Amino acid sequence: MLGRHTRRAALATAMSGALLVAGCSGAGGGNGGGGGGGDDEGGDRSINVIMVNNPQMVDLQGLTEENFTAETGITVNFTVLPENDVRDRITQEFTSQAGQYDVASISNYEVPFYSENGWLAPLDDYIADDAEFDQDDILEPIAAGLTGEDGSVYAEPFYGESSFLMYRKDVFEQAGLTVPNNPTWQEVADLAARVDNVQPGMRGICLRGQPGWGQVFAPLTTVVNTFGGTWFEEDWTAKVDAPEFTEATQFYVDLVRAHGEAGAPQAGFTECLNNMTQSQVAMWYDATSAAGSLEAAGSPVAGKIGYAQAPVNRTDASGWLYSWAWGVQEASQNKDDAWEFISWASSQGYEELVGAELGWPRVPAGKRTSTYANPDYQAQAGPFYQATQEAINAADPNDPGVQPRPAPGIQFVAIPEFAAMATEVSQYVSSAIAGQTTVADALGRGQQVAEQQVTQVYQQ
Amino acid sequence: MSTTTPVGTAPRPGAVVPTSRRERRARQMNRGNPLWGLLAWVVGLLFVAPVLWMVLTSLHSETDAATNPPSIAAALTLDGYRSFFDAGPWPPLINSLSASVVSTALVLVLAVPAAYALSIKPVRKWTDVMFFFLSTKFMPVVAAVLPLYLFARYTGLLDNITYLTLLYTSMNLPIAVWMMRSFLAEVPVEMLEAAAIDGAGLIRTLRSVVAPVALPGIAATALICFIFSWNELLLARTLTAVVAGTSPVFLTGFVTSQGLFLAQLCAAATVISLPVLVAGFAAQDKLVQGLSLGAVK
Amino acid sequence: MSTGTDTPITPSGSAASPPAPSQATSARRAADWARRAPLMPALVFLIICTQLPFVATIVISFMNWNSLRPRDRGFAGVDNYVEVFTNASLRSSVWNTIVLTVTVVVVSLVLGLLIALLLDRRFAGRGAVRTMMIAPFLVVPIAAALLWKHALFNPSYGLFNGVLTWIWQLFGSDSPPQPEWLTAAPKIAIEAALIWQWTPFMMLILLAGLQSKPADAEEAARMDGANAWQVFRYLTFPHLRQYLELGALLGSIYIVQNFDAVFTITSGSLGTANLPYTIYQTFFQAGNYGLASAMGVVVVIATIIIATFALRVVSSMFKEENAR
Repeated sequence: MLGRHTRRAALATAMSGALLVAGCSGAGGGNGGGGGGGDDEGGDRSINVIMVNNPQMVDLQGLTEENFTAETGITVNFTVLPENDVRDRITQEFTSQAGQYDVASISNYEVPFYSENGWLAPLDDYIADDAEFDQDDILEPIAAGLTGEDGSVYAEPFYGESSFLMYRKDVFEQAGLTVPNNPTWQEVADLAARVDNVQPGMRGICLRGQPGWGQVFAPLTTVVNTFGGTWFEEDWTAKVDAPEFTEATQFYVDLVRAHGEAGAPQAGFTECLNNMTQSQVAMWYDATSAAGSLEAAGSPVAGKIGYAQAPVNRTDASGWLYSWAWGVQEASQNKDDAWEFISWASSQGYEELVGAELGWPRVPAGKRTSTYANPDYQAQAGPFYQATQEAINAADPNDPGVQPRPAPGIQFVAIPEFAAMATEVSQYVSSAIAGQTTVADALGRGQQVAEQQVTQVYQQ
Repeated sequence: MSTTTPVGTAPRPGAVVPTSRRERRARQMNRGNPLWGLLAWVVGLLFVAPVLWMVLTSLHSETDAATNPPSIAAALTLDGYRSFFDAGPWPPLINSLSASVVSTALVLVLAVPAAYALSIKPVRKWTDVMFFFLSTKFMPVVAAVLPLYLFARYTGLLDNITYLTLLYTSMNLPIAVWMMRSFLAEVPVEMLEAAAIDGAGLIRTLRSVVAPVALPGIAATALICFIFSWNELLLARTLTAVVAGTSPVFLTGFVTSQGLFLAQLCAAATVISLPVLVAGFAAQDKLVQGLSLGAVK
Repeated sequence: MSTGTDTPITPSGSAASPPAPSQATSARRAADWARRAPLMPALVFLIICTQLPFVATIVISFMNWNSLRPRDRGFAGVDNYVEVFTNASLRSSVWNTIVLTVTVVVVSLVLGLLIALLLDRRFAGRGAVRTMMIAPFLVVPIAAALLWKHALFNPSYGLFNGVLTWIWQLFGSDSPPQPEWLTAAPKIAIEAALIWQWTPFMMLILLAGLQSKPADAEEAARMDGANAWQVFRYLTFPHLRQYLELGALLGSIYIVQNFDAVFTITSGSLGTANLPYTIYQTFFQAGNYGLASAMGVVVVIATIIIATFALRVVSSMFKEENAR
């Protein structure tokens, strides 16, 4: 069989050569998608959107037809996938500029290098021409993360979030305990131990353990930061097996193993949200945007949740900063329609629509100053809006820890290699949470991965 | 194992009196120890239990589906199916159906003549050709997925159900050739010679002599090709986006983050498995022949 | 059975025929092509669809091509191959692939054999039991993987823990064990799901084998006083041997390539990543086209080595068929 392969090598080399030439000249051009939406079938306008399956996006999907398509005549085809899946698909789509999707849910992690590589369409002209879209209303830290090196805006936020601690007021009251507004991690660990199983089947705290740089490493990296650790020093020296990183990870792993949720090594945002909603945990450290789902009408725990700032150790604040945002693929052939969709989904008008139709707690907030001044929102999102606003404002992507960093990002490092590298390390950490390996061993392997995939590339 | 039991139990009332050797042997084994039958039932139930659980859960409300201990006797509802069908499953179902049916037809068009040239009027070194066909199945699909993706990307074939159909054809062709060859090898050569004496051409020989003998084989091959195409995930996931997504791809996106989803998921899994379950149950014997590349008849 | 397959009628050695083309040789050549014609469409189609992409994979494997750093594309020599052989996570996924394949194939074969022996007997409702047995194989693999992950393994509402609760309640206990199956034994969890799907397949092949077994020899042996074990050991088992080999071969082909179960049940975490999953991740998450292609090439070469052995098994079946 090998013989057969080699015999045909010449022919195929020619073919692959042609492929590569096409690749060089084709970047950014051409619509690869056979069904790439757009101007087919009698002038029907449609765009294709790929997005993560977070509750806010699912709400958007439900509201689009009646409120956007009916108004504009633009049909929106959604592809909605779990977070890890959607990231793979978007990476594949944007790096090859396949043009199948016009709009994707990206974030302040991707924007810096996606824009640098020319994969995102700059939105400045659209913003300038669209008088209704109030760009200045976007919260400063959020807008900054979605602006490229060249100063152009490359994505519009759908919702922004930091992280904070959510806890069951009723359970803590019953146990005669109080959660401080600015807790330390040690306090949180002690509280988790004391509320663990005070109600049958209710664990102390939910912390993500699912592999994925955006899963376990979102909260865990904030813990590392506040314990004085970092992924990389300013000159890209990897510090994954440094004492601070190890101490933080050990703390996290011990806490979740002792008082964490059932099935922790497979639990991500979605699973924790379910655990909290189903009263299977008493506390949860995660995204501020989760509060909207917990307080939504029909949620069994609505009104029972208290909110405290992200727990700290050596820093004053430790919350992350993240925004799910809409980016337009450069290869898209429907950029105008894509902007119409974005300018609707990211507008104040959409927030008011959600407020009226689904209730204010479910509004995709954390992106606009006006939201926090809205009396309706203040009234209904009362339990959590101030804590959210405070957390977002306290987050500093450029200086999240105790040492200078080589690239921006709190719970991530905004370089293309980070996703794969941190995901691989996260698998080892997840194994440590499962008890299959030790933290030292997991991080020892993580250090090698970080050196191999990042330090060696950037120190050259 | 069955030697301890007496010989010659009378056939059960209603059972057809066995005539062939095989049935005679089977009757001999029908002596008795009912424990073996019981054990077989227990094992069968254990294996089918997850499938039954899937169907039962799909008929429960989301709350009843997620209880511990399980609520077996909970009220039945079609809500799970309703939310599944509300999610717009028809395009993916139709894509799956068309990719499976068309690729199966293409496979047969290509495989039957090929099998003819490998059995009835074999080319030289036909065994080498057979091994070549089989060897292509040893190559992990994942090792070819990138070139297939890049090729599609630069020729506008991404998210195109025709492209997927062609790939499914190539995926199933080797198996089909193997199966068809083993069936065609059963065509009695005298009949072929008789046809040749009558002066029948290739097409007529195929139609009047080969086809009748080979039709059961074609049915088995078609069933297998259909199932494998219907089940395929990796290629579909990589090469499709909005328009051409198939049912398995649709299913992967069906785990939602809003509250409970078990009943919906089970409803979706049931609907998507249904064509294969029905086809497989209806043609159990063909399934065996197919899966064993025709080696088992 | 005499189909003419055992002795190809085509004269051999046409390559060594006289250099001057005679009428006879050109006629023979025409006959050769007439024979080949029906084969050609399938062969050409298959070569285009499977061999060309693989050659492209080989070319890419010698390139430095990371889709996330489009500007650094170039020739990499054997760098990717060096990385393949020094990368620890790749080594562990090789091992995982071997363990997964061997475990699933062997356990399914043994279970399949036992169940086939059971089903070879007659009992009330045999047809129904056989139908129930094959159901797992007919569930779409991705649906089966999701079913096991969410409806069976889930620690809070999965069926397994539900049944434990139920049994413990029967005995009046409120604190049943609630193991976290996927966490405690991730590899076994994946293997269990796959064994559940593949046992019916093995059972079907072996049952077909059992039912094609000539009864005379067995009867004779019984009359000579052979016991059940002896009949199985010296008659049934040798007869089943080629069916076992066939099942092992086909099972291996598909399970080596398994992607759906690993992807769905653990997403390759907790040390379960097998080769297809690792390659997939390197392609689509790390965007490292060069490295992933090199992995693919190595896998194909390794499979070919193993397949050469496996093909010998198939070829023994060939010979038997021809000798019939």
